[in-house]
Amino acid sequence: MSAPVLNAQQTPAAAVEGFSRSETVTLAWPMIMLSVFFVIPFGTMLAVSFFERVPGGFFEPGFTLDSYARFIDPFFFKSLGMTMMIAGSASLLCLILAVPFTWTLTRMRHHHRVLWLVALLSILSLSEVIIGFSWSLLLSRSTGIGNILVWLGIENRAPKLSPGLGAVLTGLCYLGFPYAVLVLFPQLSRLDPTLHEAARMLGASPRRAFMNVVLPNIAKALVAAFIMVFVFTLGAYLIPQLLGKPQQWTLPVLIADQALFQSNLPFAAAMSIFLLGVSLSLVVCVGWLGRSSQARIEDQSTTQSTTQSAAS
Amino acid sequence: MNRLLNRLFLGAIALFMASPIIILLGVSVNAEKRLAFPPQGFSLRWYLELWNDAGWHSAISNSLLIASLAALLATSIAAPLAYGLWRRRSVWLRIFHAFGVAPFVLPPVITALGLLSFWIAVGGYGAFYSVVISHGVFLVTLPLVTITLGLDAVNKEDLEAAETLGADAAARLRTIILPQVIPYAISGAAFAFVLSLNEYIIAYMVAGFTVETLPIKIFNSLRYGYTPAMTAVAIVFAFVTALVFGLIGYFGDLPRLLGAWKSKDDS
Repeated sequence: MSAPVLNAQQTPAAAVEGFSRSETVTLAWPMIMLSVFFVIPFGTMLAVSFFERVPGGFFEPGFTLDSYARFIDPFFFKSLGMTMMIAGSASLLCLILAVPFTWTLTRMRHHHRVLWLVALLSILSLSEVIIGFSWSLLLSRSTGIGNILVWLGIENRAPKLSPGLGAVLTGLCYLGFPYAVLVLFPQLSRLDPTLHEAARMLGASPRRAFMNVVLPNIAKALVAAFIMVFVFTLGAYLIPQLLGKPQQWTLPVLIADQALFQSNLPFAAAMSIFLLGVSLSLVVCVGWLGRSSQARIEDQSTTQSTTQSAAS
Repeated sequence: MNRLLNRLFLGAIALFMASPIIILLGVSVNAEKRLAFPPQGFSLRWYLELWNDAGWHSAISNSLLIASLAALLATSIAAPLAYGLWRRRSVWLRIFHAFGVAPFVLPPVITALGLLSFWIAVGGYGAFYSVVISHGVFLVTLPLVTITLGLDAVNKEDLEAAETLGADAAARLRTIILPQVIPYAISGAAFAFVLSLNEYIIAYMVAGFTVETLPIKIFNSLRYGYTPAMTAVAIVFAFVTALVFGLIGYFGDLPRLLGAWKSKDDS
């Protein structure tokens, strides 16, 4: 009965317009999975943030703004400020290292570049537990790099560098560096190589060509990369715990602590919704930055082609 | 001079990247049950303990099983979505594409808490399958991105030629699209596999007290008594991770996968 319909859908014109029945069935799978296991969990979390807390248990359905009211607490503001400061300084440090590194990476020979990329990807996917643990060893008194100072005779006793703010920043920098490189990599790879060459031909030193010609061209990409790395380090959960003191515990640590150990799921959900709001608006900013810089590149290319056609 | 500075800079970055691995490697070959660096004595007993100790053994097999199933699930969700979007840019598909990418871009603790409240509500909290599904959905982004890249690389003229010669949609999918896209799908699944293997917070929130994955086991042993076996397992994991990416780099086009254009031309 449905055969004529199916045939009609399989004509070339219809294939572009819509999907055949078998295709629709296949498309239902990702839609169902993402709705049930992504959209509904977020809805549940939003609902839970308005639920009432039951001491000792998890929660009870209801509607209260109690969990959101707890944001006015000075303790929450202090941890929020600490979280932003830590993520901000760590991402800045990451970019300072990643920009010159990525620039060098894009100009390497193919197989050298692949080697570096394999190393970067491996470190990027290394578990935060392993990173935190190894840095706590590296910064400890007994096994740490402080012992090099003792060995050189600069200090009598190795300094204890972890836990502390410096250790958290080092760990986050290690975590964020490969991510920063991978965010910058496409941008810097697609940059017109003749730009740098032209500046060099006109007598600029490599550094000056980079600073005055390349950098202004990637300014927006840098801001976007900064925000992406910021959101990434904002999500770190184990490093602040393993390398920091309780004062340096960031929002994700507090969220997990409230959810699992204080049994206050509504408050954890409210903080999570807050964190979601902050990171989502930052990511939207990145999308907006990306679109406007793309528009600029298109503008430039149309100007270029008009100048070229005018010249010929 | 500039060349030298460049070398020094790259060397410093390499040292920074390698130092945690070096110290883990050093501690893991200690002869005594101490976290000492430089190592005191040399022995591989901690690597053997990983194999013999039931606790480490079950954590490793849990992690491997979860990662394989989650990678398959993520790829099965991502492939039709990427294909649908490649065929037709419908608004609905774009919205679901955003859902597929979102959990990966946002701080994972948010997704973890969402899934925790979800599994408590529907009653899968603490179950093995909950971890598999949670990881599968969380990691959809990776195969989604790689398969989309693979489809973009398919030559539209080949498709038109096949159509003119009478190949129907299924035949075109089988003979032209799939052979080109499958390597990208495998890379995406491998990315998802490695990340699931190393993921902590979602696994911990969804079933941390019942299903012990490797990162959870390492963290627990950090808190309740150090043993060099932790460093041995970390080294094994770092090695597996590097091996998977090394294979992708060797067989696939890594620079293109990571977003650089025309990487093959300038090699």
